[in-house]
Order: sequence, then C-alpha cells, then structure tokens
Amino acid sequence: MVPQLHVVSGKGGVGKTTVAAALAIALASNGGRVLLAEVEGRQGLAQLFDVAPLPYAEVRLAPASAGGEVVGLAIDPEAALYEYLDMFYRLGPAGKALRKVGAIDFATTIAPGLRDVLLTGKVYEAVGKRRTGRPQYDAVVVDAPPTGRITRFLNVGSEVSGLAKVGPIRAQADAITSLVKSSRTVVHLVTLLEEMPVQETADAIAELEAADIPVGRVIVNGMGTRWFDAGQQRTMAAVVRDADAMREESSEVATTLKTLGMARPVGSAKALVDEAVRHCARLEQEDEQLEVVLALDPHAAQLPWIVDGIDIAALRELAALLRAEGVVS
Amino acid sequence: MTTKRAPASASVEHILDIDALIDDRDQRIIVCCGSGGVGKTTMSAAIGLRAAERGRRTVVLTIDPARRLAQSMGLEELDNEPRRVPGIDESAGGCLDAMALDMKRTFDEIVEAHSDPERTAAILANPFYQSLSSSFAGTQEYMAMEKLAQLSKQAQAEGTWDLIIVDTPPSRSALDFLDAPERLGSFLDGQLMRLLAAPARKGGRAGLRVLNIGVGVVSGVLNKILGAQILDDVRTFIGSLDAMFGSFRERADATYKMLSEPGTSFLVVSAPEPDALREAAYFVDRLSADDLPLAGLLVNRVHRPRATAITADAAAAGAERIDDLRSGVDAEQRASLDLTAVILRLHAQAVRRFQREQRLVDRFTAGYASIPVLMVDALAQDVHDIDALRDVGNMFTTEQA
Repeated sequence: MVPQLHVVSGKGGVGKTTVAAALAIALASNGGRVLLAEVEGRQGLAQLFDVAPLPYAEVRLAPASAGGEVVGLAIDPEAALYEYLDMFYRLGPAGKALRKVGAIDFATTIAPGLRDVLLTGKVYEAVGKRRTGRPQYDAVVVDAPPTGRITRFLNVGSEVSGLAKVGPIRAQADAITSLVKSSRTVVHLVTLLEEMPVQETADAIAELEAADIPVGRVIVNGMGTRWFDAGQQRTMAAVVRDADAMREESSEVATTLKTLGMARPVGSAKALVDEAVRHCARLEQEDEQLEVVLALDPHAAQLPWIVDGIDIAALRELAALLRAEGVVS
Repeated sequence: MTTKRAPASASVEHILDIDALIDDRDQRIIVCCGSGGVGKTTMSAAIGLRAAERGRRTVVLTIDPARRLAQSMGLEELDNEPRRVPGIDESAGGCLDAMALDMKRTFDEIVEAHSDPERTAAILANPFYQSLSSSFAGTQEYMAMEKLAQLSKQAQAEGTWDLIIVDTPPSRSALDFLDAPERLGSFLDGQLMRLLAAPARKGGRAGLRVLNIGVGVVSGVLNKILGAQILDDVRTFIGSLDAMFGSFRERADATYKMLSEPGTSFLVVSAPEPDALREAAYFVDRLSADDLPLAGLLVNRVHRPRATAITADAAAAGAERIDDLRSGVDAEQRASLDLTAVILRLHAQAVRRFQREQRLVDRFTAGYASIPVLMVDALAQDVHDIDALRDVGNMFTTEQA
C-alpha cells in the first residue's frame, strides 16, 4: 500500500492544527502508524498534545486504537538545510561557519521557495520512508501554512524555477512536485462558517486546482449546535422578525419558568428569548456561509464547536466525527 | 442615573475605558495588536468610528479587512490612500478617514520618493525586489510601520488628523509587528548582504577572515543552492538602493522610537481562547520590557449570556422537568413547552461557555492585575454596514443607562 499524504490548510484561527491532529488520530485508529508534521515553527502540536516542545526528530504523540499511533515531527527549515548541505556537499566545519555569518538564515529567507522545498522535502522523505520492506508510515498528515500561502508552499516546482537550474535542490523540487500533484496527495481546507475564512477557502481551492494539486475535503469547524427542530426554527424566525411574536414567546417562556418555580421568571424569560434570537442570527449567518461551502464541496465535513476546549479527549471525539463524515475511510 | 457595570470577571480589577482613551486629546496614535483571528481589524474600525463621532479627526489604517467590513467603510477601492468614510455623524466636529494597506504599493512609493524615474524603473523590475516587496516575511509589518510614520508626519504637518488608529498585520504572533521591521531592516543592512553585494574579491574580506572562511566559500555554497541569478539580482538591488537613502534599519528604528513617544498607546486585542491569550501575555510582557505604553487588554468575542439569574444547572434541571410536564397537555402547549426546554438547554450551554471564557481571562488577569481589561461580546453576524460598526463601538461603554 502507498501511504497517503494529507495536507491540512485553512485561514489562521480556524483550528487547522486541531483538525490536522484529529485527522491523524482518525487515520491511526485502524492500527495505522501516522506521522503528524508541523512546518511553521510554532510548536502547536506540543501545546495541543500537552507534551514538551518537539525536537527536530520524530516523537510519539499519542497511541490510537488497535495498536495504531500518531508520531509528531516539527520540521525546521534551517535544520533541514544543514542536513541537506551535509548530505550533498559534505561541508563539515564550513557548515558551522556559514551559520555564523548568517548564510543559512540568508539562504532560507532570501528565497521563500527554498524554504518551502526544504520543508516539503522533509515531508516527501517521510512519505517515502521504508522500514523492513514496507512503508514506515501508513499516512502522513501535515499541519500546513494557511490558505493564503498553501499553493505556493506545495507548488515548489515552479517556485524554485528562479533558483539553481540543476543540482540536488532542483531534483528534489521535481520529485516533490510529482508527489504533490499525484493521487497520493490530498489538500483539506478547514474553515469556520464566517465570511473571511470561507472566502479564503474558495480562493485556495481555485488556486490549488489551477496548479493541478488535488483538493480533498472542506472541513467546517466550530459549528454552532443546531438546537431547534424545523418547527421551532419557524417559530423562532417569526420571533426574530416580529416584536409581537417576541413578546408572546417571552410570556409563554415566563409562564413555564413560573411553573418550574424559577427566580425572576419575567425578566429571565425576556433575556432567554434574547439569547435564543442571537443564537438564531448566528446560525442564519452560518447557514448562509454553509451554502457557499457546500457549493465548493457538496460533501464538506461538519465538526461541532467543542464547549469545554480542546484536549486529547476532544481530539478523539473529533477524530470519530471525521470518520463518520467519511473524511477517513 | 448611570451605574458602573459590574466587572465582567471576578479578578478584573480595572476596566478598560475606551471612551476615556479616545477622548484624551493628547492621545494621537492607538495601535491595535494581537494574534490573527481575534477581530483586530473590526475593533480598529469600530474604535475609529466611535472616536470620529465623539469629535476626533481620525484616520484608521486597516490591514486586509474583510470584504463586507471594507465595503461598510467605503473602502472597495484599495488605492493605499486614506478616503473619507461616508455616513457618519460629524456633528461633534470629528471625521473619519480609512484606508487599507497595500504593502507592495507602499514599498514602491518609498522607492519612487527616493529615486529618479530611471532608477525606480530598474528597481521595480528587479526580481529580487519583486519578491521582497510582495512575499517576504516581515515586509507587511515593515510597510505598516512605514505607513504609520507617513500618516503621522502628514497629521502633524497638515493637521489633517488628530488621531491615528492602526490595525496590525494578521501575524501568527503579535510580537511580529514590533520585531519584523527590525529583522527585515537588519537583514537588508546585514554584513552578509553587503559582502555579497560587493564584487567578490580573491581571498575574501576582513569580516569573514575572522571566521576563517572566505567570501568565495560562502557565495560558492549560496550559488549552488540559490543559483547565480538570485545573487546577481541581490547585488543589483543593493547597488541601486545604496545610493538612494539611509539604511532600512535606521528607518525601522526611527518608527519604533515614535511608538514610545507620549501620545501613543497600545491596545492588545485578544479572544477568550488559550492561544490568543498566551500571545496577548507575550505581547504585554514585551511592551513592558520595552517601556511601550499599554492602554489595556480588549477581550473580543466573549459570549456573555443575558439571563444572568439562571445558572447552567438550574437551566438544565428546568429543561429536564419540562419533559415531565409534557404529558396530558394539548399539542400547542406541548410545542410551547418543548421550545422553552430547548431555549433553557441553549442557555445552559451558553453559561458553560461563558464560564470557560471567564476562567481563561481570570488566568490572564491573575498575572497582570494592574492591566485594564474590557470584555466585548461576540457579534452574531459579520459587520456589513456603518450601523453595525457603530453597535460594536457602543459595546465599549463602561456605563449602563
């Protein structure tokens, strides 16, 4: 079996790292060995899994059911460049000197494409890694750069066209390109049901498609709970529109609160209805954006907002939902 | 009669008074900082609008505003110049201009301002300059600072504005706004850049001699990695810039200094989430280490329940008991009871959410008791017109009728 590369992107603040981690757990839950890599140097995985900052080495993050496990790796471009220079140019002590004069920093800063080749190169290496005759990982998940940068990040072949025309970097960029544009790769896009992230998701899909990079699923994160059934939604819609309907609903709620013997039934009823109205307004906006999302991906996965914050238990819950939503088969 | 609203949170000792901040005529620059996704741009715009309607001649520099927010301020045309925002109340003598930063355009303008047309054309066409001005890490922050300096100069020289509100780029880290310009400046002015820009000499130069390797080794390796073309572009770029104007670092330093002058305040915007508050804490520490003035912490996107008399437990228990009342009533009454039960469950969840948010803010304020804090409610919908933006500003008030 060929390992699959899952790249997870999304606008900043939408829960990209959370979804990438949940996806890795979901992929490992059949007993698979899954690598979860981060590339932005922010140690988001360590914080999420509540472990010490990850070194530039593969570290076990969490066990999964049926003997599966999630292994984490924080990829650092500078370390990757050293590794690279050592491998191809056998620099020895000159490598250290290069760092001292800032040449390494210079090289990774001056050519953004180079940085990306180094980062995606490590991912490429992980996908191809073999142990005792079989792939070391069943799947690789990348917590990738945000939507604004994702296509450039993956499309290294054309990004480094300005760089050296020959040599190992060029060769590696070409190898990465053939992996990224193959059916072994999917790019998932995480979004909230708000205007900005949905717009950025649409833009990213268009860019990825134009670059021939396979788009996976749109994953909607943090959806509000759908408390009301269809009939109740109609009632609430009337309450939102019409002041009389609102007064009537408030008085009905007040009557029930009185029956229940709750404190300050009239004032509380008004406040409760106000909360419900705000909730409905929020859902209305979510529905509007969901429609846009479903036009982009009719099978967009929908993850609920988690009330008590994200910990390992919540990640497992989200992983189960990703399986139920068919993101992971 | 007005009464002070109860502190939003048990351990918030000081409430951040935005109105006092914007009413203070000595306050000339307010910088809104914070990590990405906390609503900085919306807050900057709302503060700007409120200041304008309270009589300040205000300009808001936004970075990458959402489409509808931009439209609501009449900012569809992003031409990198402040434009008057229509539809605001100018009766108190204030006005509002707004602009969205175009970082490439700002960079181009610096080049144009310091160079003759011929050289400008050469620089703008340089591939290294193009990547520097459009996709370099730190360029957006550098240009935001640059634009702020320009606006400030214009405000002082022409009296155009008496208050500048600055939104900051959506970096992962709030610190990037302070550090990135200096980093980019150091990089562009750096030793290595100079060495590479100079024609290579046999045997290397003194700066590198110390490290026992020659320029030849360095540029040899870089040539292998980057290709000769890029280094050539860099050389040409540095060559054309050098003659033009002072160093990038000096420019960045000058703007940074402006931030510590009286009349500037930093407002840290956050959300009641662990990551955002952690970033806010880093930023607050940094401001205090650098003696930069902090106005306070604005915690945006708080979900404060309205029905304060009903606890989460009481709401959940009430919803349970309604299920017992359902039997033996007609369909209409049953529907009414069911809806109330759902509304109570919604409230129970809302209270739990708010308690978590409060705990997170409390944890922050426990370490920073002297910092004024204001918790601002989450909007049910994105801002799409001036009225909605004004409503955001109305939430800043610390007094209730």
